[in-house]
Amino acid sequence: MTDQALLSAEDLHLSFGETKALDGASLHVRAGEVVALMGPSGSGKSTLLHCLAGILSPESGRVAYAGRDLTAMSDSERSGLRRGEFGFVFQFGQLVPELTCLENVALPLRLSGTSRRAAHRIAGEWLDRLEVGDVAGKRPGQASGGQGQRVAVARALVAKPRVVFADEPTGALDSLNGELVMKLFIAAAKETGAAVVLVTHEARVAAWSDREAVVRDGKVREQEYAR
Amino acid sequence: MSVSFALLGLLENGPRHGYDLKRTYDDTFGRDRSLHYGQVYSTMARLLKNGHVEVESEPGDGPDRKRYAITDAGITDVAEWIARPEKPELYLQSTLYTKVVLALLTGRDAAEVLDSQRAEHLRLMRELTRRKSAGDLADELICDHALFHLEADLRWLELTAARLDRLAAQVKP
Ligand SMILES: Nc1ncnc2c1ncn2[C@@H]1O[C@H](COP(=O)(O)OP(=O)(O)OP(=O)(O)O)[C@@H](O)[C@H]1O
Ligand SMILES: [Mg+2]
Repeated sequence: MTDQALLSAEDLHLSFGETKALDGASLHVRAGEVVALMGPSGSGKSTLLHCLAGILSPESGRVAYAGRDLTAMSDSERSGLRRGEFGFVFQFGQLVPELTCLENVALPLRLSGTSRRAAHRIAGEWLDRLEVGDVAGKRPGQASGGQGQRVAVARALVAKPRVVFADEPTGALDSLNGELVMKLFIAAAKETGAAVVLVTHEARVAAWSDREAVVRDGKVREQEYAR
Repeated sequence: MSVSFALLGLLENGPRHGYDLKRTYDDTFGRDRSLHYGQVYSTMARLLKNGHVEVESEPGDGPDRKRYAITDAGITDVAEWIARPEKPELYLQSTLYTKVVLALLTGRDAAEVLDSQRAEHLRLMRELTRRKSAGDLADELICDHALFHLEADLRWLELTAARLDRLAAQVKP
């Protein structure tokens, strides 16, 4: 089954001082599937996510994306990959505070060379799709937490990434807003065919995934591929 | 128990025939399982005996000629039932707790018991999440109720997993 994986981590090890954050972690993500990473606080979920996304490099082990070894790439190759193929949603703070919400969503398109006009039109469509068209002209600081997260989801998906990494995307929201963010997020990801790696400690959020993997003490217990 | 109150409450908006009452119940509450006619009639018979409903007969015969109407005593009963908080259920002696302790006592893998239960819970939560995102607001509310309860169980599973060593030390002879 491993050969079907779009993104995979094999036997990752990474320590911070004495702390073994990853201690033989492996995970496989297929194209278009939503995988929830669950597990206790400090178990290594975010560290694994950062390794999968090429933000952190493991001390040993291998991360492969579409058959390419991330750990063997140069920094600039890796950041090119992050910009071109990956999208990110974090708990908070990932929007540029000086830009409007529309400009924030347009940013990934602008960085990949889309004209300002086209980028703004597409960004506007994405804001509408996430039901936050009315905050287009506002700065992120003027939007509510739930609106801000939906803007962040729009920004993560606007450039049609093949994988979206989400670390506690609803962590700062109440149930109702968290619910709405997940519903729109997963629907949009499914529509664009993006795979999602979703870190969450909330079971109700994980219930939006296709399957879960439990991280404990830097190791992953991966539920069998099931469909 | 709550079926009888639900049927009684449905009569507050006006008298109904048995079959009409069943259909209204099924439409309003019967999402997963609809009522049997027999259950409607036996419940009505009991409510009739208690004086919570009365019968308005129409010309003709057969059970479906009867229209049930709620009495004042019936209305009071429904009001009291709605106002009375339900006793929160305690799961301390649940099957799961028994399984975990038994696994520890017999040297089986208690963490595995918790892990497979977690997977099972999540499987159901996933199904409910799918069902509610395809349904209307009523589906959403009903599924959410189940989801929050399952989530509470899952938290317990997680906490228990984290305390398994302590529990083992305590229950082992
Ligand atoms: N930059 C860092 N420097 C030092 N220690 C770190 C660093 N990042 C993570 N750690 C440690 O590595 C372990 C795993 O951390 P990680 O952030 O991956 O956990 P997590 O599962 O995401 O937890 P949480 O659910 O609380 O976010 C923890 O013990 C943490 O303290
Ligand atoms: Mg984390």
